[in-house]
Amino acid sequence: MTACDRCLRRTALVASLAPHIERARRDHRHIAELLALCDDDLLAGLAGARRRELARRHDAFDPAAARERMAGAGLHGVCRHDSAYPQRLARTADAPAVLHVAGDQGQLAALGGDDAPAVAVVGARRAGQDGIEVARGLGRGLAAAGVTVVSGMALGIDSAAHAGALEVGGPTLTVLAGGADVPYPPSKRGLYRAIVQAGAAVSEMPPGFRPFRWCFPARNRTIAGLASLTIVVEATERSGSLITAELAQDLGRAVGAVPGPVTAPRAAGSNALLRDGALVVRHAQDALDEVLGIGVATALSGRRANELQEPLRVLLRRVEDGCDTVSELAATPAQAQSALAGLAELELLGYLRRGPGGRYVRRL
Amino acid sequence: MLARVSTFAIDGFATRRIAVEVDLRSGLPAFTIVGLGDAAVRESRERVHAALLNSGFAFPQRRITVNLAPAHLRKVGPGFDLATACGLLAASQQIPLAELERWAVCGELSLGGDVRRCRGVLAVAEGTRRARIAGLIVPRGCAREAALVDGLVVAGVSSLREVAAILRGEAPPDLPPAAQVAPHACSPAEQPDLADVRGHAHAIRALTIAAAGAHNILLSGPPGTGKTMLARRLPSILPPLSRAEAIAVTRIHSIAGRLTGAALVEQRPLRAPHHTISPSGLVGGGTLPAPGEASLAHHGVLFLDELSEFSRSALEALRQPLEDGTVAIVRGQRTVTFPTRFQLVASTNPCPCGHAGSTRCRCSEGDVARHRRKLSGPLLDRMDLLVDLQRPTAEQMDAPAVTTSAEVRDAVRAARERQAVRLAGTGQTTNAAMTPRLLRDVVRAEAGAHAALHDAYRMGTLSARGHQRILRVARTIADLGARECVCAKDVAEAIALRQDDVLDGAGAA
Repeated sequence: MTACDRCLRRTALVASLAPHIERARRDHRHIAELLALCDDDLLAGLAGARRRELARRHDAFDPAAARERMAGAGLHGVCRHDSAYPQRLARTADAPAVLHVAGDQGQLAALGGDDAPAVAVVGARRAGQDGIEVARGLGRGLAAAGVTVVSGMALGIDSAAHAGALEVGGPTLTVLAGGADVPYPPSKRGLYRAIVQAGAAVSEMPPGFRPFRWCFPARNRTIAGLASLTIVVEATERSGSLITAELAQDLGRAVGAVPGPVTAPRAAGSNALLRDGALVVRHAQDALDEVLGIGVATALSGRRANELQEPLRVLLRRVEDGCDTVSELAATPAQAQSALAGLAELELLGYLRRGPGGRYVRRL
Repeated sequence: MLARVSTFAIDGFATRRIAVEVDLRSGLPAFTIVGLGDAAVRESRERVHAALLNSGFAFPQRRITVNLAPAHLRKVGPGFDLATACGLLAASQQIPLAELERWAVCGELSLGGDVRRCRGVLAVAEGTRRARIAGLIVPRGCAREAALVDGLVVAGVSSLREVAAILRGEAPPDLPPAAQVAPHACSPAEQPDLADVRGHAHAIRALTIAAAGAHNILLSGPPGTGKTMLARRLPSILPPLSRAEAIAVTRIHSIAGRLTGAALVEQRPLRAPHHTISPSGLVGGGTLPAPGEASLAHHGVLFLDELSEFSRSALEALRQPLEDGTVAIVRGQRTVTFPTRFQLVASTNPCPCGHAGSTRCRCSEGDVARHRRKLSGPLLDRMDLLVDLQRPTAEQMDAPAVTTSAEVRDAVRAARERQAVRLAGTGQTTNAAMTPRLLRDVVRAEAGAHAALHDAYRMGTLSARGHQRILRVARTIADLGARECVCAKDVAEAIALRQDDVLDGAGAA
């Protein structure tokens, strides 16, 4: 697994042009167009002295030093001319020149052919409890069937999808907007470590790179390019996840969305995708049927209520019917005692999860 | 002519015996007080002068020197007035000196010769007893407080003339009836009662567990759901103060000058400082160290409403008091130690807007994480229980109260007795105070309980300390159910009330 000199030089050029791209960018399509330009055309966009300076640095680029920096950060590079570069991504016009990989390189290499499916699960950072739970369930179900879960480690849905995949120890890949050695957002440090251990974190940017705003839609194009199906879990009407969906559509890849309440603004974007013909994804099975073929793999299904004994089954039914807090479930201290114990038992058995504010959510 | 009167100064939480020496000699009339007194002590001259004349005594036209010994100790407040006046009367032979030496004297004088209440009389009485002085003359309003000390003759007086009459043997000392503390005699009528609460059955259950095991508890919920109301009802279900505890509480409140009316504090105190409080306000301080809220809540409840609003330094300052049950305040070369064995109740919003978990919540994951970081730290580590409160439903608001304080109090008392028996000889009396080692040695649990704990631990981010917290709480739940062995249901209930946020990897990730 290697990166050739030319691709490394290209990466260095994009990184040094980053502030200029930030100023020039109009929308995400423009970013994709810019990144599809060849080196000389990219440089040609700059004026006078600045162009000469960058061109000089571009010519004097030292690939050995770049490789050393990469090794120093514990990363491996793989360029689009290498056989280990994910084939699905390589087929796209504006694919990153080099992918910097933290973690398991085999994972990335396995993403080669169409027999190694990958699904992107993306969505809102400010997600509702059920959205989080759906994303987590998708991550779990897909990973358990051996499908790589691709996402961007953002707060909310993205992280939940990764966490779901990690729960079953399954393959998961995060694409970062900055350097692959820098956890972003920083609060997801723990998740980053877990992903690098069980899967991989990749980025097209050199090690230590701090992301500009345009790097996020650029990152989304990599996510869309890596996955054969992109699922949007919760998205408002102006969400970045819709960019990922649009980019996936441009690439001719399948796009799915999880239906949300029609009254909720946080599901307006994802519902609009469904209106425009996106695949309806209710659970991991729907996604597996799409990428592997109907009935090829059976998603690990959530635990069913009728496996339970009497008092716990009734309690679970009541939670499912919307009595999701102890205060609604118990009218006397004695009832509270059994409700508290019952809820904890259901949590330990994997039926429920205690969310913020003491609300219990049904696990998928 | 020299007279010497015994009195006591409050030095932090202890008392120091002070000898008020009054010397009269010939010379130009003058009145000097030496011995490191503060402004109130210096002004004492004017009060004593006026009080003597207005009570019909003669003020000696001599050169008067009053010394408060030991001279190196700072003396504060007007409590030396009466002793100075008595010394003057004895030195000018208006009252018998020999009789005066059998008494300790404390009290403030008015210009008219009346004796007024002063702070810390219980501590003074204890000091008098330790110094083996037979009797103590105190302001009448404080006499019942002083009489709490056994084996001490207490004379309550309301004027300087009365003092003179007692010392001359003209009137019998007015002995107050010893204040009695009947067991369980706390007067529930004045306390807020759980009967006022509608809904919140699980919160009441959690408060019961907290009261039974002396666990610190965190109430979390949207604004206006009743966090404060519930917290204020915790003292009503705690076991009544024992006599020793009541005296300790009375002593602190007396030193802080917060004792009103009743001689003995019979109810467990509840202190609810505002979140703008300074570190020294919370744990005690000042140039002459005074007890803070943590000490005033000794043997009672310290309630911190809106925990995240308190300054970091104030919360940090609570660390030692929570850990040790005492706080040491160091000023110059002196260290003053106040007791601070309180039960901590705190309330907080679950997120900045307060509606976490419901669709009304507008906070991002980042906002919530920031909010939690503000809470985290040493204090959260000491919280055994977390209750999430929600607004009661309309039906619950209309329903009758779920229970009363009296009912709960009986269950709590029985559970405490079981703990005391089990922990006898270990130096601890409550489950909350069990060290990890005691937990291992003393707590017996069924196999199912171990399995449940194991499951919870395996599922994710339950810390080792969280593990111990759950076991402690489960032990209390078993005590409430009169079970010798902790069973699986006890552990499950403790897990449902755990403070650690997540059982699952992702939340912490």
